[in-house]
Amino acid sequence: MTAAIQNLVNQPYKYGFVTNIESDTIPKGLSEDVIRLISAKKEEPEWMLEFRLRAYRQWLKMTEPTWQNATYPAIDYQDIIYYSAPKVTEKKKSLDEVDPELLDTFEKLGIPLSEQKRLTNVAVDAIFDSVSVATTFKEKLAEQGVIFCSISEAIREYPDLVRKYLGSVVPVADNYFAALNSAVFSDGSFVYIPKGTRCPMELSTYFRINNGETGQFERTLIVADEGSHVSYLEGCTAPMYDTNQLHAAVVELVTLDNAEIKYSTVQNWYAGDKEGKGGIYNFVTKRGLCQGVNSKISWTQVETGSAITWKYPSCVLVGDNSVGEFYSVALTNHYQQADTGTKMVHIGKNTKSTIVSKGISAGKSKNSYRGLVKFGPKAEGARNYSQCDSMLIGDTAQANTFPYIQVQNNTGKVEHEASTSKIGEDQLFYFQQRGISLEDAVSMMISGFCKDVFNQLPMEFAVEADRLLSLKLEGSVG
Amino acid sequence: MIRENSEVILSIQDLSAEVDGNPILKGLTLEIKAGEVHAIMGPNGSGKSTLSKILAGHPAYTVTSGSVTFHGKNLLEMEAEERAKSGIFLAFQYPLEIPGVSNLDFLRVAYNAKRKHEGLEELDAFDFDELVQAKLELLKMNPSFLSRSVNEGFSGGEKKRNEILQMALLEPKLAILDEIDSGLDIDALKVVSSGVNALTTPDNAVLLITHYQRLLNYIEPDYVHVMEAGRILTTGSKELAHELEARGYDWVRDEEVEAIAR
Repeated sequence: MTAAIQNLVNQPYKYGFVTNIESDTIPKGLSEDVIRLISAKKEEPEWMLEFRLRAYRQWLKMTEPTWQNATYPAIDYQDIIYYSAPKVTEKKKSLDEVDPELLDTFEKLGIPLSEQKRLTNVAVDAIFDSVSVATTFKEKLAEQGVIFCSISEAIREYPDLVRKYLGSVVPVADNYFAALNSAVFSDGSFVYIPKGTRCPMELSTYFRINNGETGQFERTLIVADEGSHVSYLEGCTAPMYDTNQLHAAVVELVTLDNAEIKYSTVQNWYAGDKEGKGGIYNFVTKRGLCQGVNSKISWTQVETGSAITWKYPSCVLVGDNSVGEFYSVALTNHYQQADTGTKMVHIGKNTKSTIVSKGISAGKSKNSYRGLVKFGPKAEGARNYSQCDSMLIGDTAQANTFPYIQVQNNTGKVEHEASTSKIGEDQLFYFQQRGISLEDAVSMMISGFCKDVFNQLPMEFAVEADRLLSLKLEGSVG
Repeated sequence: MIRENSEVILSIQDLSAEVDGNPILKGLTLEIKAGEVHAIMGPNGSGKSTLSKILAGHPAYTVTSGSVTFHGKNLLEMEAEERAKSGIFLAFQYPLEIPGVSNLDFLRVAYNAKRKHEGLEELDAFDFDELVQAKLELLKMNPSFLSRSVNEGFSGGEKKRNEILQMALLEPKLAILDEIDSGLDIDALKVVSSGVNALTTPDNAVLLITHYQRLLNYIEPDYVHVMEAGRILTTGSKELAHELEARGYDWVRDEEVEAIAR
């Protein structure tokens, strides 16, 4: 039976190819000079360089966290390339001028950028190693006053907005990896939705790591002004290399009064091979600030890739009646390790949060949910509902749940539910006895398990995520 | 119904099997023809349920010798999924709960897998819904069953009815009902039995596995086999079941010992 399942679900990582392209690369290593060089290459204003240097000096004083439930050899931060960009980095006005090799790469990844082929209802910012290579539908969005561009461009074109919000949600010294990112980030996306505007299409950024020795340090900032609404998607892939690569991103979201941001991620970085060799270290800080009253931030993530995942998309609920949501599916197989969850920090009155976390562990992987629910002294009438479900496939995988609850006033209500289930031989036999193939059996059970989360994803992503999970369970059942 | 010239559906010859190195079946022989209802009775641990799982192709059991032919084909070479699609149906003693998968989806995927196997077009959701509603009536099941997860939170009786609902949809050639009566009150037993009776035709066969004679009042067997220690000790008509009920399994065992001594 094991062999049969292996054949059925054995799908190699299909995004593992490398694009042969000439790059402008800074030599390995990290120092103030390297940071000055990155800043200079990006033609940044003085305040931006200072922001970076402040972060770097803080980072030097910090130590790498070790509390997460994951083990890996020490990272040599001097052995990483901090900037690598395809040559001719200036952004083209027309996509027809973008290097055909790059267009081809994104097309292979299922993200066609050219005018004829691109998705009609999704605007895409395509990031290749350290820089944004193309952003679609910019003009159309601009008609509504929506700004959607690379963060580098935003720093030049909209310095006041960027300066006001960058680092306001995740301070430069928030944590070790956030400090590193703040010092060396090379590109990412910037979104601003003006007052009272409902963004007319889905916005999305697609991250691609290509160079084998490059770390990717992207920075995303989304600001939703009063009464506005935006849905944003993020996708990620990388080639297969034997060495581990570092990806340390920071994402900051801000919602003002009555605004809403919905942020969805389908993360499929290279996870390493069956023996656990290679793969991306995905050490990411994502945090949203519900600054205004009645505002809402909703995170949905489907985490299937990376050798190690360390991320806790969080909501700080400052505005009264604001709402935070976190819907997560994390799947680990082989030797993957995931320590992921959320923080819901309730500060304003009548703030509400919902956490739905689904962990699926197969192979010899480790999958941990770690979450904090905190009600501050002024968060009167705050409410939280958490549900953490784990599914084990086979006998050698690990699932852990670490919920932390801190309540500083007695008017709130916290609910926590958890369950553990297992896809076992007998369940699979039941399907097969009804004539249903193993492949369909596993995929039906997984989609059923993840339904509450997939329902939150935009349609195109939901289908993709469903398919992705089935493919990922390569030889893990039986 | 016993008819002389019926087709042989299942032929088991001298079958031995083990699980984790422990022999469970020790030379079992049984033949089932179209239109027949067979009942296998026997004490706990005699190998009744093991036989049903081996016939359905459960991977935990290893056949060590003997043969099983189903419609002239070597059953032991077929995967569980193939056996199911070829017409072997096992109503589980303990039907599995599948959280998150709706009963309706499960039934439709199973039904369409069989249609596909037979070279027929798959039914779409609307046509399938019509079909399944009709089958629900047969088993006096509430349509709300369909939207619930497969067997999750079902009572014992509901689970058994759900098994027969699947049988009604899949129309198997050979239905193996493993203790379909366990955990049923008398009303549920009547519903389940009349469902099974309505599904028996001259072209298919039923193998009942049970501890108790009670079930056989509702589903009348053509043959009753008494199983012990991995083989069939004796075979008789339905009267044998009454005798077992009255005198217990020891009586058969003693008879057998005497027979061997003679």
